[in-house]
Amino acid sequence: MKKTIMGNHAVSYGVRASEAKVISAYPITPQTHVVELLSEMCANGEIDAKFIKVESEHSAMAACVGASAAGSRAFTATSSQGLLLMTEMLHWAVGSRLPIVLANINRAIGPPWSIWTDQNDSLSMRDVGWVQIYCESNQETQDTIPQAFKIAEQLQLPVMLVLDAFFLSHTYEIVDILEAEEVRDFLPPYKPEIKLDVNEPHSFGNLASPDYYMELRYMIEEAMGEARELIKKTGKEFGERFGREYGLVHPYRCDDAETILVCSGTVASTVRAVIDQMREEGIKIGSLKMRVFRPFPFEEVREILGSAKKVAVLDRNISFGGHGIFFQEVKSALYGFTDIPVVGYILGLGGRDVTPEVLREVADKAINDKNPETYINWIGVKK
Amino acid sequence: MFNYLKFIRTRNFPHIWCPGCGDGIILKALIRAIDGLDISRDEAVMVSGIGCSSRTPGYVDINTLHTTHGRALPFATGVKHASPDLNVIVVTGDGDATAIGGNHYIHAARRNINLTVLLYNNYIYGMTGGQCSPTTPRGDRASTAPYGNIEPPFNTAGLAISAGASFVARADVYNVKRCEKMIRQALEKDGFSLVEILTPCPTAYGRRNRMANPVKLMEWLRDNTVPVQKWEKLSPEEREGKVRVGVLADTEKPEFTAEYRKLIERVQGE
Repeated sequence: MKKTIMGNHAVSYGVRASEAKVISAYPITPQTHVVELLSEMCANGEIDAKFIKVESEHSAMAACVGASAAGSRAFTATSSQGLLLMTEMLHWAVGSRLPIVLANINRAIGPPWSIWTDQNDSLSMRDVGWVQIYCESNQETQDTIPQAFKIAEQLQLPVMLVLDAFFLSHTYEIVDILEAEEVRDFLPPYKPEIKLDVNEPHSFGNLASPDYYMELRYMIEEAMGEARELIKKTGKEFGERFGREYGLVHPYRCDDAETILVCSGTVASTVRAVIDQMREEGIKIGSLKMRVFRPFPFEEVREILGSAKKVAVLDRNISFGGHGIFFQEVKSALYGFTDIPVVGYILGLGGRDVTPEVLREVADKAINDKNPETYINWIGVKK
Repeated sequence: MFNYLKFIRTRNFPHIWCPGCGDGIILKALIRAIDGLDISRDEAVMVSGIGCSSRTPGYVDINTLHTTHGRALPFATGVKHASPDLNVIVVTGDGDATAIGGNHYIHAARRNINLTVLLYNNYIYGMTGGQCSPTTPRGDRASTAPYGNIEPPFNTAGLAISAGASFVARADVYNVKRCEKMIRQALEKDGFSLVEILTPCPTAYGRRNRMANPVKLMEWLRDNTVPVQKWEKLSPEEREGKVRVGVLADTEKPEFTAEYRKLIERVQGE
């Protein structure tokens, strides 16, 4: 059945279809609609899950850790400051290998206070060990939730979905709604090998001496390595069942492109519109949407960008004292494989609109600027 | 007519509060209390967390610090400890102070540090659109309790008294003179001073609880608040559903920054 719903509710419907059993959350703009609808669904029986109203995001993730360790499929949603407050527990979820799914609505970090979008909240969690998937549309958002649980439960690694504040979270689009009955074959009920069980006791979060800690870290990295193929396989299987396929990256008109714009989130849609316009003018340009950021899709990035003459990376984030974060990662992925110029552009921080005009400016700069002065080019900064 | 403008940052107007919200009434009562005590703008610092209450410092032209959710009290503790001569006023809400910042709330009260804390209690998370808070009454509806709240609420003033606050009062925005008086007493008190102020939220709370009309919420405050002297004369049955207002605790206890100074003098000599 098709419905016109907001991005936040696309998350809620994805969680309903995935038959999560425990949902724990704390309010924060612009996330709150996600869990408001889920609390309604829990109460009226649309989903057979328990809803816990906790006293902070730190507690929200702690409750998910507890629920997941007890063998339940657990979910929470948050944004910005809430994600930062959760940090300690995000590490806990990874270290204890619990397949929790979290939806983070990308919102700029304060001060100064901002409720509008940028990626610094989720990207400041890049080294924690959560799989990170950046969504572009409401349909993709809903569809990614059951995929996220499937991936998480096979790898015993938590998965974070990332959505742009307002541009996606509050935007209404038509979504083909998934029902639990049709998803159940794709995503069977969660049956963990190890859980808290009175009949067969296990321990989570014990002390590891220097003799063992490193091996446990190695195993997390190994699981991240396996995640690449698994995400592709899961996206393909989802496509076979539901007609909408998803991958690690989504290239657009890249085959003969001389210049490729690398982007993520909702900016990807606007980029494609600009590419179409420029193609009509005969300019050989394409785009590469990064759907998955962790694990980083090294092979795909090398293969697709390797044939271009120039790469421009669009970052709605900034690593102070470094560069744009996607830029750093793309550049390091290409090191040793190609010597084409890779240039970074910082734009749209704190929710500043990234319009087709802005993107056309970036594309023209990328093509015409023979010797960009720096890897960090700020777009639209008032000086 | 009292001139509020000398304390107001008009450049930040219009304010974000909804029609029928009581937060502006508290803002004006606070300004009158500050002015009445001849506290200069340079000597006053206002610290807030996150929520509708915590927007107050945005509109007041004194030293202000708008901090993270629940953490106004630790920020304020730092300010007061660094400069004990400043009048430090903390503006917080029921969610900010008793949920995400609950730990700081009891510890600041326990320490009895000389802060004046105005806790706007509107029984709901207003700014994010009406989620159940730790003071939402049992049975009432919220966006995260669409069929009624099953959790018992905190007695926020009682919590501060138990934790060790030296001055605790409860006021409401209908009885605005009393509200101003309670704020003034809290400002004068040397120690952790809490004024819990009941303030209506027609948008996020009232609409879900058959009180969408702001006047009804004001009438509720008028009809259900009972001053402490009168409260003593009521039978347990008559107290049912009513809220006690006025000074609930006023005791002399050692204040933290003074005790700290004494310790330094004792150990290091004068």
